[in-house]
Amino acid sequence: MKRLLRGARVVDPANGVDGRFEVLIDRDRVARVAPEVPAAERSGADVLDLKPDWVVCPGFIDMHVHLREPGEEHKETIATGAGAAVAGGFTAVACMPNTDPVNDNASVTKFIVERAAGAAARVYPIGAVTKRSAGEQLAEIADLRAAGCVALSDDGRPVANALILRRALEYARMFDMPVIDHCEDPALKGEGVAHEGFVAAVLGLRGIPAAAEDVMVYRDIVLAELTGGRVHIAHLSTRGALRAVRDARARGVRVTCEVTPHHFTLTDEQLNGPLSYDTNLKMNPPLREAADRDALVAGLADGTVDAIATDHAPHHYDDKHVEFDRAPFGIVGLETAVSLALDRLVRPGLISMARLVELLSLNPARILRVPGGSLEAGAPADLTVLAPDVTTVVDPARFRSRSRNTPFGGWTLQGTVAATIVAGRLAFVNEEVAGLAAGR
Amino acid sequence: MPPDVQAASSVRVASGPAAARLRGKDLLGIAELTPAEIRLVLDTAEAMKEIAARPIKKVPALRGKTVINLFFEPSTRTRTSFEVAEKRLSADTLNIAASTSSVVKGETLADTALNLEAMSPDLMVVRHASSGACHFLSRICRAGIINAGDGMHEHPTQALLDAFTIREHKKRLEGLKIAIVGDLLHSRVLRSNVLLLTKLGAEVWVSGPPTLIPPGIARLGVRATTSVDEAVEGADVIMMLRIQLERMQGGYFPSLREYFTVFGMTRERVRRAKRDVIIMHPGPMNRGVEIASDVADGPDSVILEQVSNGVAVRMAVLYLLAGGGEHEAAA
Amino acid sequence: MPVLMDAERVSRALTRMAHEIVERNRDLRDLALVGIRTRGVPLAARLRANLREITGQDLPVGALDITLYRDDLMRQAVAPQPLVRRTEIPFSIDDRKILLVDDVLYTGRTVRAGLDALIDFGRPKAIQLVVLVDRGHRELPIKADYVGKNVPTSARESIRVRLQETDGQDLVLIEKEDEPT
Repeated sequence: MKRLLRGARVVDPANGVDGRFEVLIDRDRVARVAPEVPAAERSGADVLDLKPDWVVCPGFIDMHVHLREPGEEHKETIATGAGAAVAGGFTAVACMPNTDPVNDNASVTKFIVERAAGAAARVYPIGAVTKRSAGEQLAEIADLRAAGCVALSDDGRPVANALILRRALEYARMFDMPVIDHCEDPALKGEGVAHEGFVAAVLGLRGIPAAAEDVMVYRDIVLAELTGGRVHIAHLSTRGALRAVRDARARGVRVTCEVTPHHFTLTDEQLNGPLSYDTNLKMNPPLREAADRDALVAGLADGTVDAIATDHAPHHYDDKHVEFDRAPFGIVGLETAVSLALDRLVRPGLISMARLVELLSLNPARILRVPGGSLEAGAPADLTVLAPDVTTVVDPARFRSRSRNTPFGGWTLQGTVAATIVAGRLAFVNEEVAGLAAGR
Repeated sequence: MPPDVQAASSVRVASGPAAARLRGKDLLGIAELTPAEIRLVLDTAEAMKEIAARPIKKVPALRGKTVINLFFEPSTRTRTSFEVAEKRLSADTLNIAASTSSVVKGETLADTALNLEAMSPDLMVVRHASSGACHFLSRICRAGIINAGDGMHEHPTQALLDAFTIREHKKRLEGLKIAIVGDLLHSRVLRSNVLLLTKLGAEVWVSGPPTLIPPGIARLGVRATTSVDEAVEGADVIMMLRIQLERMQGGYFPSLREYFTVFGMTRERVRRAKRDVIIMHPGPMNRGVEIASDVADGPDSVILEQVSNGVAVRMAVLYLLAGGGEHEAAA
Repeated sequence: MPVLMDAERVSRALTRMAHEIVERNRDLRDLALVGIRTRGVPLAARLRANLREITGQDLPVGALDITLYRDDLMRQAVAPQPLVRRTEIPFSIDDRKILLVDDVLYTGRTVRAGLDALIDFGRPKAIQLVVLVDRGHRELPIKADYVGKNVPTSARESIRVRLQETDGQDLVLIEKEDEPT
């Protein structure tokens, strides 16, 4: 089955492509990208005429999501999470192991891989660093790798013991797997529920100081240097941590980092807004000060930040409909990430479209060492089609995710996903965006 | 956290008129009150205070109204004060103490409140360990919510009765130097008092161990210092906050003995204040920790007056919120 | 607005009522005056002065705020609570004859509230009602013992009393509903 996408702008920074190109897909692979695909090659192809202001990119990869299956299927399942992913423009997600049971052994990994077989998006499991993510004993990393894990993380928690992280980095080097660390010093974090600062002080909320994150980021950088392993900082949120990563990279340390859309959009001021103590503003790491948010935006532009990842954390309404202290941390993010990035970063000219593709596709693919991230011949036919000029209003009631815990309900954003193609299939077509002509 | 010792940007609010009414159905905090509304409560409390001196300490103003005291944290003092206030206004009162209720069975805060509301209370007086709990309830309940203390956030009736007490002695709040000393970080009494006193134009100094000074406190228009001596120098009012003995676990200060030496209110410290200084404490006191007994029981102490004023102030709040008919349904 | 009583007539009415009080109460020693806020209070003070002039005796005088005893509290949708002021009765009312003083007697509900309030303060031997103006239209079985002036009115009219102590001059005016103030 061949498919030809034409009429739109194609942005593929890995191959230096940015302009009007046609993309020919053959079954599940990209066959050709050219200003005009020769008639012989494209005969019999299904033609998709795209709008000129649309953008075709290599499929986006969200390298930090929580799919909740096994164990908390009332919040999300692999199937519903993958459905949310393609609706949000993602062709692949990497899912964190803090399920129940924790993905710390091959049988859980295999379960996930099996469930993901029919899913709308590709699902790459991330395995636990330690058994039960308890931080004491290394999990069977080789087994996890063989079963399909692409990275290691105890996300939800830090790898608090420096010796364990050292060993994990050394051991994982064998498989060239990155260790993704949720950087937070447990003692400094204490019982904090919001960013330690003026807003938390006024609202009477226990604070999580920026230092709790910075201290661990510095530590992880030192250990990465020591071991030569690859460490990836999950959901980086402070200007101090960003500075540490920037300096380390200048020295050649193999550290990478990701930032979430809520961290480059919101600040702790929102907590004291009209809907005060909104539990949909409670996540970990917490929303920080404006200076942190602004630093992250600068880091996204100057290359210090490698990836945008959502930390998609579905929670049931009942879990979040409680007093602030008791609410679990986390918000969903798959279905708002692209619009937020287009509206808040690309539209005001803070980053270019090519840079956006690096952040959402090329770099995640490289960090996880998975196929994708670029559109040359032979690459997987994973494509994201964007409509950057279409305005959308965020409506949680229409999310494909099973959960609705988002603070962005009602937001008007410019830029949305027109279609998502996974392995050559049209996995998602946005009905609100007019004009996807031709057959499916 | 190092304290911010910088020039305060306190806004001097001229004494002005009282409001005609309180907006909204709830009293969630001082943050939501205008200076005019604060004056309305204090003026009304003056009239209520006289009722305690009568042989029949009751007026029919809230006859037939139902008020539920929903206390998720133990409290004798505040709960009793509210109960006396409610009964003096002839309201029907119910006391729910969380430990004996369905909360132990795992019922959520939302369900507990909505179940009570199904019995049509007019007002609910709520104390809870979580900051923001009253804001949460006010969004889901029709009944007016009176915040009797939410976590570390606010305790508005305490600040109102403190202001009432100060006004009785000093005839005004504007321009007074008021020193608040103690565990500032965890104190809801501090937050409410700072908001109220700065709104009414007082010069507020706060003092305590550097580990217990909230970040950015100077942005609220107060002077923060770790020197208690500096804070009480020439003060018209000294307000002591409770040190919760559990604080030592957090490593905030090494021992109670050291706390008393550096931060305790002693006769010697009091002498630095004005001659007619008044000493206040929201209670219950830790004698010998934050305050010396001879200060607590001395001639400058108005601690017991605060308690009796508490009833009058709470009567005023209940009266002002209970008026009128059906309120707009909560969202 | 037509003037019903000017300063001189107010003064004469109060003098006359003081004489009536003396006439009707043989023994002044157990009498006391209580004015209903707001304008009943200065009226009670003036009566006290008049009585002192006539008899040489100084009666105790108090001020009563009846707001918390009103029967129309809590019955109006979304209205502000009326402002409460202090009640000051610095003497025991037990076994006394209380002269309850108000400016205008209309439906009688204010006086009813005043009676309820007084009875919460103690057990007076008797209560007599003194009003400057009685405008009729009683809704409760209440009668004044001493009246400054009887003024038949319609429901669409209102009586406006101004006193030196509260408003800067003594004047009693009658206002029709459609007339500008």
